[in-house]
Order: sequence, then C-alpha cells, then structure tokens
Amino acid sequence: MTIAPTDAGPAVDEQPAAPGSRGPFRFSINLRQSGIYIAFALIVLLFTVLTGGDMLAPQNISNIIVQNSYILILAIGMILVIIAGHIDLSVGSVVAVTGAVAGVLMVDHHMAWPLALVITLVVGGLIGAWQGYWVAYFGIPAFIVTLAGMLLFRALTLTVLGNRGIGPFPDAVRTLSNGFTDGYLGNVGLGPLGGADLVSLLIGVLAVAGFVVAQWRSRSARLRYSQVVDPLPLFIGKIVVAAAVVMFVIVQLARFRNLPWVLVLLAVLVLAYSLLTNRAVFGRQIYAVGGNVQAATLSGVKVKSVVFWIFVNMGVLSALAGVIFAGRLNQANPTAGNQFELDAIAAAFIGGAAVQGGVGKVIGAITGGLIMGVINNGMSLIGAQSEQVMLVKGAVLLAAVAFDVWTKRRAGASR
Amino acid sequence: MTEAILRMRGISKSFPGVKALEDVDIEVLRGEIHAICGENGAGKSTLMKVLSGVYPHGDYEGEITFEGEPCRFAGIRDSEHRGIVIIHQELALVPNLSIAENIFLGNERAHRGMIDWNATNAAAAELLRRVGLHENPVTPVIDLGVGKQQLVEIAKALSKRVKLLILDEPTAALNDEDSAHLLDLLRGLRDEGITCVIISHKLNEVLAIADRVTILRDGKTITTLPAEGLTEDKIISGMVGRDLDHRFPPHEPKIGAEILRIEDWTVHSPTQHGRVLVRGANLMLRRGEIVGLAGLMGAGRTELAMSVFGRAYGTGISGRIIKDGQEIKLRSVQEAIRHGIAYATEDRKRYGLNLIEDIKRNVSAAGLRKLARRGWVDDNEEYRVADHFRQSMNIKAPSVLSITGKLSGGNQQKVVLSKWIFTDPDVLILDEPTRGIDVGAKYEIYTIINRLADEGKAVLFISSELPELLGLCDRIYTLSAGRITGEVPRAEATQEGLMTLMTAGQEVPR
Repeated sequence: MTIAPTDAGPAVDEQPAAPGSRGPFRFSINLRQSGIYIAFALIVLLFTVLTGGDMLAPQNISNIIVQNSYILILAIGMILVIIAGHIDLSVGSVVAVTGAVAGVLMVDHHMAWPLALVITLVVGGLIGAWQGYWVAYFGIPAFIVTLAGMLLFRALTLTVLGNRGIGPFPDAVRTLSNGFTDGYLGNVGLGPLGGADLVSLLIGVLAVAGFVVAQWRSRSARLRYSQVVDPLPLFIGKIVVAAAVVMFVIVQLARFRNLPWVLVLLAVLVLAYSLLTNRAVFGRQIYAVGGNVQAATLSGVKVKSVVFWIFVNMGVLSALAGVIFAGRLNQANPTAGNQFELDAIAAAFIGGAAVQGGVGKVIGAITGGLIMGVINNGMSLIGAQSEQVMLVKGAVLLAAVAFDVWTKRRAGASR
Repeated sequence: MTEAILRMRGISKSFPGVKALEDVDIEVLRGEIHAICGENGAGKSTLMKVLSGVYPHGDYEGEITFEGEPCRFAGIRDSEHRGIVIIHQELALVPNLSIAENIFLGNERAHRGMIDWNATNAAAAELLRRVGLHENPVTPVIDLGVGKQQLVEIAKALSKRVKLLILDEPTAALNDEDSAHLLDLLRGLRDEGITCVIISHKLNEVLAIADRVTILRDGKTITTLPAEGLTEDKIISGMVGRDLDHRFPPHEPKIGAEILRIEDWTVHSPTQHGRVLVRGANLMLRRGEIVGLAGLMGAGRTELAMSVFGRAYGTGISGRIIKDGQEIKLRSVQEAIRHGIAYATEDRKRYGLNLIEDIKRNVSAAGLRKLARRGWVDDNEEYRVADHFRQSMNIKAPSVLSITGKLSGGNQQKVVLSKWIFTDPDVLILDEPTRGIDVGAKYEIYTIINRLADEGKAVLFISSELPELLGLCDRIYTLSAGRITGEVPRAEATQEGLMTLMTAGQEVPR
C-alpha cells in the first residue's frame, strides 16, 4: 500500500473522534472483562470461609472438576454457538442419545472402546450437522431447531434404551470420566502437606512454565510491533497470580489421587479452543458472523458454512460429554443430560457472552461453569437444600447478565 | 411572527473527556423553519437531544425557555407533552403494525383500555390527508417506502399536537421527489403555524427551505443568519471555519488499459417476483480511472453493484463480466474478492462494519487470509497492518483497539475503505462513500480515491450528489430505472445534463 498520510486538503479542526473512548470507557471494558474472574475469586473465598476451608481441600477440588467436567465441555461448544449469535437447547438430549449409542456399542456389542468412542463422536457430529443444516441453510432460528432437537433426541434415547440403563462401561471409559493419572514416579514429601505425586507436580510445573514462556513471548512480540502492553509490574502480577492458582490446584490434586484424566482432557480442549477463537481464521469468522452477519457476508465470510460447522462442533462436544457422563455413572441412562443445556448456556452467559452474539471467550465460559460448580458444591457442603442452590444459581445468572448490560449501557451513554 | 418560541441559553453538555456542547445559544422564532448546520460531531444531535429531553434536566447546563416558560424536561414524554416532537434519522416505526397503529402508538385512541378502531383509523386518515399521504390507514408500515414512512412519522407528530417539530436529517434516505414533497409539506406546516427545526447536511435543501440558519462548530454556536442571501459556500466556510476555494482535491488522471467490462447485465428483484432492477447494463472501467455511476434512489445503482460483487444481491442475474480480457464468473463474494473486486457498501453501519469490534478486526475482516498461515492469524502482523491504515488514512482514534461503533461517520468510512484497500483490489466499487460524513472527511476520502486511481486501480464511484460526481469522476454513467441512459466524459458533464439523463425514461413512481 502506498497511501501516505493525508496532508493535503482543507484543514479540519481536530474533532474528538470518539467521545469517551478514553478514560472511563477503558476502565469499564476492563471491569467487564475481569469482573468475572474477580467474582469467581470472591465466590471461592466466600465458600472457603463458610465451609471452614473444606472447599479447597484436595478431595473437594478433585470433585468439583470431575463433577462439572461434562458441563464445562458443553460450555466450550455453547460459547461458540452463542458468539455466532445462536443458541443450542438440545445439548442435554444429545448427551443422552450419544451416551446411549456409546452404551449400545461398548456394552451390548462389545465393540473396542476406541472405535466405539470415534463412532459416537461421529454420531454427535451428524446430529450437529442435522441441526446446522436447518439453522444455516434452511434458515430456521436455532432456538426452534434445537428446541425440536431437544424433543427428538430425547425421544430417540428412549427408543434406544427404553426404560433401562446400559452398563457397565469398559474400564478405559470409566477412567477417562472418573479416574486419575498413575503415579509413575512415586511420591515426594511436601513437608507439612504430606506426600504428593511427582508426575502431577512435574506436569503442573511444566504447564506453568509453558504458560509463562508463551505470555512472555507474546508480550515481547507485541513490544516489537510497538503495541501497547500491560506495564511490567501488572504483567508479572497477573502471571504470578495465575501461576499460583494453577500450582495450588495441582498440589492439592497431587496430594489426593493425582490428576483426574478429565482435567487433562479439559486442559487440552480449553487450550485448543482458545487458540481457535483467538487466532484461527475460522474462529475470527465466528465473531464476525455474530457481530454483524451482513457485514461478514459482504466481507467474504461463508456465513452459512461457519454456522453449520459450529453446530457440528457442538454435536461432537456433546457426544464427548455424553460418553464421559455415561462413563461416570457407569451406565447409559435415558434421563441422562436432563437440563444440561441450561447449565451450559448459563455458564456461557455468566462467563461474559453477549445475548446478541459477537462477544465471548472460551476461558470465560469455563469460569462461568466453574462459578456454578463451586456454588453447587459449596452449598451442598454447608448443607443447603437443592431449591436454595437453584435459587442462588438463578440469581447469579441474572446478576451476571445485568452487570454486563449495565457496563455496556454506561459505555454507550458516553456517546 | 418575531416572537421567539424557543430560547436555549448557555447550553453545555459534557461526556467523559469531551465537551460536546459549550455555551450554545439558539433562538427559534415562532412559525419559522430553522436549520441547524454543522459537521458531524459539531453537536447538532446532542443539542436536539437536550431539547427533547433525551438528556434530562440536570444532565446539562444552561436554560431552555419554551413559549416563555422555563423547561426542565425529565424525558421525552415531558417535551412531547409541551408540543416538542423530534423525528430521528432512523425512523421509529414498528414495521408490522398499520399506519394508524403507528401514529397512535403510546397515545392510543382508547376508551376504558379498549382501543376504538373507528376513531383511530378515522383520525389517522385525517392526519394522512394533512401530510399528503394517500394510503389506507390500515396498511402495514412495512409496505411503504422510506419516503412515505417519513410522512407517517410526521403524521404521528401532528397527532401529538406538535408546536415545534425537530427533524434530524429527514431527507438523507429520500430520493429527490420524496424530498421535494417533504419540503413542501414542511412549508405547509409552517403556514399552519408549526415551527420546524431541521438538521441537514444537504445545504441546497437548507437554503431552499429555511428562514434562518444556525451554524454550529465544535460544540459552539458560530452564528445565526437569515437564509436570504446566504450561499452554500458561506455555510460551509462557517462550518469548517475557513473559506473553501475548492471542495475537491486537484487530480491529473493517468488512465490506462481497460480492466473490467460488464456486458448486458440484468438483475431481478429477490423479493418482488418478475420485477427487473437492472436491465441490460453495459459498463467499462479502465485502470487509473474514476468512473461515476449517477442515479436517483431506486434507479438500481446498489443493486447493480452488489450483483456484480459475487451476486451479493438479486436473483435471475444474467450478463457477462470480463476482467483483463477474460470472462470471469463471480458466484460468491469470496470469488469476487479473489478476482480483485471490492465493494464498499452505502450503509456502513448495517453492511460494512462489525460495530462491536475494534478497528483492527474490522480492517482485517475481508483480507484475513492474507494475514494467516495455514488458517492461523498472525495477530501482531494484523495490528501492524491496521495501525498502518490508521495512520495513512488518518483514522482519528487513540489506537486500532478502539471500538468502531464509537467512531464518527467519517472515521468509520475510512475503516471500511481500509478493509477493502487491504484486500488489494484492482477494481473498487464505492457506494455513496461520503454519505453522512462531514465536509473535511469528505475531502480526505476524495484524496484517498484519487490516490487509489493513481496506483492503477479502477474506481466505480456511486453517488447521488451531482457536484461530487462532477468534481471527482473522469467519466460518468447515468442509470435510470435500471437502464444505463448515458455515458458522459467529465469535460462534457453538467449537473443539468446528468439530471436529465438520470430521469430519462422513468416511469411515474407508484
């Protein structure tokens, strides 16, 4: 490009291009982005105090992760759907029907579990493709298509399973859902904390080191391109906090029964999908479609294809969640996945997704899912009734979205 | 006649970090049409929002006196109660409700909570007669064109016993005929004693209709002048603070070989079966040439451009596109971009930008693959590219991470242009690139267009502003009712001549 700065022409008084784009607006953007993490920290702190520290006990941390893993997997798919401006109400039923498929293949037909897993994921993908076709190419709102899907796939589950559950599942699947990594290198003593698994600790240290290196490289690259970055103390502070949180969780897990396999799976998924949404062309196109579908179309984005594949992806992740849930219960159950869609959607919105689409982060959805998991877990630890848990979760969802709308309005009012 | 119906004194309004209005005084006389002129960002809309109570009392400093009484509006309902009604640029009608329902929306003709439909429709019919709209009150608003919808808005204002009618850019979306009708209507309302305040960028219109003109610049009142004896150049010099010898940058065209030829291009309407939008159009563009496409609203300019741009609009498209001597098929926007064709839309907010995203991601939206290797985007390179455009296109924003929705119209347009220039096209189709942006930004855009042509690109410049076409283009096609009615070199083009061609062979509008 050879367009030089425009210096010719009538002198235009330097007009303020964007009233309020500095100052308070920046602040509220930051508040909007980091509010969720602060809220998460406060909620954990609250329940830690209320439970006298039981909240952060090794076994409890492990429980929170294992008990919420399938919701978190669904939340990853759901945030993509919501960023694109759609919704998926059928994921609970898809969890059930794919769990049933896995059960039939693994238990009834004694199929080798890796093959059965792959077939189940493909079935999930086909279910996603079915819904994606109606939404993207036929033009029916996702709300309707997936509401229908919610009924269709539940009906299919009942047809396959009748009123019985199928089990037990192969050990490998149960290990993926419920099991822990082996202590290949034995334990090391951590002084007053007692023994902890060396492999888990090493993985933790490597993960933190990788994280620090990646952040540092990203920061230096930005500086090379003379972009604005966080001041060094803030940058280091953020990294130290993140590393401390990760190491704390790892140490606690290493003291209990090593790393849950689902945590490993989740870590891989979060990393992969964060990269996808931030860096991949496909990921960027999701935001473009959700932000302004006409502008995306006229910029050469294949909008229909993007929406279609997002639903395919949701189907595959639902199938993965279906297998993990079935493995955890050790049976494929006709009522499996009931209301999972609500938890996944709530996770996405608590995690900062916008109702209109175009906004959201994978890590936000995970945090949103964990917030609900911690509320569930913490309230049951202090002996609250399930209706009270529901009440609190509903209030948190409303408060989170209200906060989002409020910050947006404040930002908008400065125009 | 000389009594002031409205006095606004010392109005100041600040947003965080910016003074939008600073000590503005304005006096509107009873029964006059008062125009407010100023660049985008001069504070016109903010002033009208203060007046109509969108910004309630206490949100601003200063005093408002209406009909001799001080006013402290808490909201729009307060100001409407006093007879001040504002009609915004984006019309506020409910598409699926009838004309009558829209007119009395929030103000229903009801008896004990039940709507009296006979009274509603009869009253609506009477109001429609007053605004000269010959439509059945039960017709859904969605079936009306923009011009008629505007009249429904005015009928709605009349139903509220309006004394002071404020119109924000009322003719921006109207064709000349509808504009003329609207202006006539405003004159009629003035004769009935209704005072009008009109905000407009179309200075010829302002001069044609206004009794007095107030010019705002940078949130301050510059002057109020009687329209008699005023000229466009005088208004412009008040708006930008200096005399404008030439509104167009000088340009010596370096015209090269033919690059794009469109032959026998026909487009049918996707919504109305059998309606032909473009009929057998032939166009030719050369490297380094800026070619104008002149046509009134509804002539099929946008439809022609978008159908060429990978069939982004229309059905039953036929004809040939020949680029660099070879026939090409453009079945999708992707193919059009790949073949070096870019189309910058006339409606940047709806079709051009992702307003919730930052400048960076908007600039890269169409050319993202150029920044990616194996599907992964290099976001540092993206930042560099966007920042390059921010500087070279003079996009006024603190950084490329600024949200595009917060930028002024001119800066948004520069983002749209950056997006398309980044795809490195051979042919740029620019659809009304200067619509709704201020004079200074227009000049910058003209300069950019000239540079693009000098780089050897062909530019198809669509506009309904004749001076702009004459000032910028090397050659001008005229389009009327879907047909190319003329091709005029710059040297031979006159406003009158073009207008004659632009209205040639037109059927009488419905």
